[in-house]
Amino acid sequence: MKEIRLHGRGGQGSVTAAEIIAVAAFEDKRFSQAFPAFGVERRGAPVMAFARIADHPIRIRSQVYEPDYVIVQDVTLLDVVDVASGLKDDGKIIINTDRPLETLKLNTEADVITIDATKIAMEILGRPIVNTTMLGAFCGASKEVGLESLNLAISERFKGELGRKNLLAIKTAYERVS
Amino acid sequence: MTANMKVVEGSYAVAHAVMCCKPDVISAYPITPQTHIVEHLSQMVANGELDSEFLTVDSEFSALSVLVGVSACGGRCYSSTTSQGLALMYEVLYNASGMRLPLVMNVANRAMGAPLNIWNDQQDSVGARDVGWLQIYVEDVQEAVDATLQAYKIAEDESIRTPAMVCMDGFILTHVYEPVELLDKERASAFLPEFRPAKILDPARPMTFGAFADPSTYTEFRYQQFEAQQKALGKIESVAREFQETFNRYYGGLIDSYRADDAEVVIVTMGSVIGTIKDAIDAMRAEGKKVGLVKVRCYRPFPAQALRQALKDASVIAVIEKDVSIGAEAGLVTDLKSSFYNSKLRIPIIGFAAGLGGRDITVKDIRKIVERAEAARKGIESEFEFLDLRWEIL
Repeated sequence: MKEIRLHGRGGQGSVTAAEIIAVAAFEDKRFSQAFPAFGVERRGAPVMAFARIADHPIRIRSQVYEPDYVIVQDVTLLDVVDVASGLKDDGKIIINTDRPLETLKLNTEADVITIDATKIAMEILGRPIVNTTMLGAFCGASKEVGLESLNLAISERFKGELGRKNLLAIKTAYERVS
Repeated sequence: MTANMKVVEGSYAVAHAVMCCKPDVISAYPITPQTHIVEHLSQMVANGELDSEFLTVDSEFSALSVLVGVSACGGRCYSSTTSQGLALMYEVLYNASGMRLPLVMNVANRAMGAPLNIWNDQQDSVGARDVGWLQIYVEDVQEAVDATLQAYKIAEDESIRTPAMVCMDGFILTHVYEPVELLDKERASAFLPEFRPAKILDPARPMTFGAFADPSTYTEFRYQQFEAQQKALGKIESVAREFQETFNRYYGGLIDSYRADDAEVVIVTMGSVIGTIKDAIDAMRAEGKKVGLVKVRCYRPFPAQALRQALKDASVIAVIEKDVSIGAEAGLVTDLKSSFYNSKLRIPIIGFAAGLGGRDITVKDIRKIVERAEAARKGIESEFEFLDLRWEIL
């Protein structure tokens, strides 16, 4: 079983991103689960969401404490949340930032992958909503969900022009980290 | 995994199940974490997928009061609520059961204030165990879907005629996305006959519901309700089996068990924590520990006989529950002990309040409880404990 923890701020679509991971993994014929950390969500407040992917039905419902992957949608969270907490040594953490890797203070042995998702989202979507772009990066860096399955899950959630733009944002991020 | 499975939100899956039950009237007042269920239903009505009257009212008290009237006129009804909303319904809960109106309601279990807390525990519905409603607790979204359909069939049976709550842990099950097989409308309709109660409010045949019973008859009303709940013990099991024949899914009727046959330490609990406990049991079994689980699916009526049978060979029983009877112990452990007292079973039973106000329950917590239970075989130190108290802030 692979466990994923997403960190974001209220309004950045972290819960939606976790849900899309679950839908995409299921498209890959794997079992999945996604849920929010049930905070009192306000715009801008730190939030978490979780996803699990496995080849067997998933029964456990506790939160994720030792993730295989961490997705950080907002680099300013590094100052207020221990985003790498419990991250497995052979895991990966994917951070949305334009800062150089060596300037990030992270307490982890895991692979750190950075991507300027805000720039990609601004160029393609015209808004700094990075959740789908970060999913593209997660898909490219982890290969835990197939790109086609991710595209299917995105198309189910976002229709028409918005859907097409989100697919492009995913492709761009996917190629950048692959 | 079946071909018809989809990854959807728990609240959507339940709303879809309600749609398949074709209620005449849905009455709702929004309250977290129940709101998504009725939002989805409202959408289904607006889309024309569901031909129901959708009433938005000014409070939970009104939400349930409206349904009492509708049900007495022979309409199939639905509402859902949680926590303070259920508390505000309290008077009407008794009226619905006393008038023998087979309402069905999902309770998205949530803690009671004060202090204000929106997160999950089961204080709300366990605290309403005496109001005369049937109570079924589910462990995952699929069971929430299936139990909702089953609940109508049980509640509306002429020999039962008792309202039912299908209790699902708030957030943990209402907000989770996981694979679910949504009900097929036609098969659901075939499973659940139309609601045709023998006695209804009808101007052509005037009749009064719940008006007045003096001391010469009141006791008999209560006895009949009690008797109907006893009959429901059999009905809940037979409906679960009938459901299995139609839909090929079974979660137990009154109770279910997991690796409990040769278990020395048996955990008894209800709700969504069961999944985590099953994983913990598998891990402990792999280490040679004889641990098992008995799931209480139906809390009212209380399945005393089934539990005595399932637990008779245990060395020690640990009850885990998300509620407290402040001043005594907690609902499930008290009821379980009560059901053992006049039997020959003398098995130590200890109770744990866990997961209160949304505190996460982990595999480690389950291991700790099992250790505490094993120690209790040599002598019980405390009969009831709050798991993981943070002494540093007390």
